Amino acid sequence: MLGAEALVKALTEEGVEYVFGYPGVAICPFYNAILESPIKTVLVRTEQNAAHMASGLARVTGGVGVCAVTSGPGATNLITGIATAFADSIPLVCITGQVNSALLGSDVFQEADITGAAESFVKYSYLVKDAADIPRVMKEAFHIARTGRKGPVLVDIPIDVQNSEIKKYKYPEEVNMRTYKPTFVGNFAQIKKTVKALEKSKKPVICAGGGVLLSGAKGSLRAFAEKHGIPVVSTMMGIGSMPTMHPLYFGMVGNNGKPWANKAMNDSDLLIMVGARVADRAVNQPDIITENKVMIHIDVDPAEIGKNCGPTIPIVGDADNIFGQLLDFDFDIDTADWLDKLREVKKDLTVQRKTNPNFVDPEKFIGILSDKMEDNGIYVADVGQNQIWSCAYHVVKDGFFLTSGGMGTMGYSIPAALGAKLGLPDRQVIAVCGDGSFQMSFMELATAKQQNVNLKIVVFKNNYLGMVREYQHFTYKDNYSVVELNDYPNYELLAGAYSMDYLKVSRDSEIDGCIEKMLNDSNSCIVEVMIDPMDLVKG
Amino acid sequence: MNIRVIQLLVDNTSGVLSRISGLFSRRGYNIESITAGVTADPRYTRITIVTSGDEDILNQIEKQVAKLIDVRDVKVLPPSESVYRELALIKVKATAKDRQGVISIADIFRANIIDVSKDSLIIELTGDQDKINAFLGLLEGYEILELARTGIAGLCRGSDNVTYLN
Repeated sequence: MLGAEALVKALTEEGVEYVFGYPGVAICPFYNAILESPIKTVLVRTEQNAAHMASGLARVTGGVGVCAVTSGPGATNLITGIATAFADSIPLVCITGQVNSALLGSDVFQEADITGAAESFVKYSYLVKDAADIPRVMKEAFHIARTGRKGPVLVDIPIDVQNSEIKKYKYPEEVNMRTYKPTFVGNFAQIKKTVKALEKSKKPVICAGGGVLLSGAKGSLRAFAEKHGIPVVSTMMGIGSMPTMHPLYFGMVGNNGKPWANKAMNDSDLLIMVGARVADRAVNQPDIITENKVMIHIDVDPAEIGKNCGPTIPIVGDADNIFGQLLDFDFDIDTADWLDKLREVKKDLTVQRKTNPNFVDPEKFIGILSDKMEDNGIYVADVGQNQIWSCAYHVVKDGFFLTSGGMGTMGYSIPAALGAKLGLPDRQVIAVCGDGSFQMSFMELATAKQQNVNLKIVVFKNNYLGMVREYQHFTYKDNYSVVELNDYPNYELLAGAYSMDYLKVSRDSEIDGCIEKMLNDSNSCIVEVMIDPMDLVKG
Repeated sequence: MNIRVIQLLVDNTSGVLSRISGLFSRRGYNIESITAGVTADPRYTRITIVTSGDEDILNQIEKQVAKLIDVRDVKVLPPSESVYRELALIKVKATAKDRQGVISIADIFRANIIDVSKDSLIIELTGDQDKINAFLGLLEGYEILELARTGIAGLCRGSDNVTYLN
């Protein structure tokens, strides 16, 4: 058996259904071997999007996303995608072809030191120099990617290693790594301390981060919050960990979040921060959330605890396990007054957005879209003003809300939506982007067509890089620099070029009919939504 | 700014040192010195790092290092419970006239003269960093031509704190 065949065999043993990638000479042995396997391949149009597609698929299926690209520029193009997955702890295995191992380090054609270049964006990386190591390396790579704090693992394989013969192929049943043993179960003493603190608490709040979704703790978080009547707020990556309309859910925190969610967090006497990094966009002043309160920080990554704020009770472990452990304790706390107060605060702080009747109001559009989407639909937001509006107004019922939260990578939505749709083909998948982010990855429309995927893409069009324009509006008093997009592309012609349908919404009154048409369209479509170029997310 | 000595037990694989030093540089942590060498079990390397920072940073350093996949064990070596040693090779300009002076300073510090030429000496000195600094201070009257220091290696005293390898 060849190294390349062993590589493919390992992927089938891991139950991989799709490999996203782009071939080149250095990865050709792999792409030749994959023809003999049941694994489906997706030819992307630029490598970065292979990682985003794998990310979209991983996030909705709970599996590990896989991409495979060639050496040199193929590998370096992948880096932004890997970094995006790393920032959001998305499990990927990224395979890169490499030049002949005898030539490593001699700067030959399409050679790039990808393990070195990607070092700070991967959970771990391998440069495989002996084909006999392939089964073990692949077993470890998948194990590392999906356990503990999940993340991307890079496997770089020189072409001669892919082409060399392995005497005996045996896929290891167990991982035997001396140095990698993540903690899954919460320390019992810390759990008991948490229960004691909760019993004394009058104003508890749970802040759910992306870790809740990654550990599959949606159900146990909700059960725990409901059992004790504890209000829940979330970070951007935690959106979807509770249904948006749940009476205990109070929205997203942070400088782009809901003011009442921030107030709930700040005014609480006990805060359970779970699976969240407490990074600058979510918590502007970490010292405030630890002041005058018991702060319990739950994270599977011990390095996140105490990095940005000092908790009273740290608990290292998997969120789902820990909520399970907490659910074993029966105790009563009365949060009725606290919940009443939070609902009042929410009413007081809710403000009407200023809208321009000559354009479409994004709030209204997203609201109606959420209403009409299937309960388990998948909403993929890009980066920019569209992202902040999506976070604020999309109503998650029983589906997913995907976005690039940590890295804020523009162009994420189209490839991630495509990956999500391939992962769960029966689900409705909508990508929502701006005209800036759309143009960063619309080459993948061809991929969507090739894969015969029904993709709905909503483009909020304002001829501006709106988020930066808004920043320049506030910070540089409307001194706009390099933020103006022209009127291109013509979205109708572009949709036609990809045999997609095209819809346009220019006024609020047209939203309803347009969304109906989009959702019922058996073809993929682009919806151009004309929004006020001067509209603000902080408006 | 506190100084802390951290001892790591890591998998003896290629690239492990670069992963560790890369972590320090990209997160802006200080390395005062770093030494590495294989342990009695050839599967592992022991690395001693002297680092500095405020208490929060030092705690973060420990956690971030522990997170690296290749790192098996992280231990802080507190000065009161540990021994540190560093080796220094010092080439001093010394002709016949002042050779004896240098040798007598070296004797006091139990240093060895390991090479003599007609106008220089190489001195080998082992000790903790204070001892080496003190020795270098005493050599101020002479011209140091070249100096090579290894950085410290360290171990905890006693057998209570040993990580047994199986």
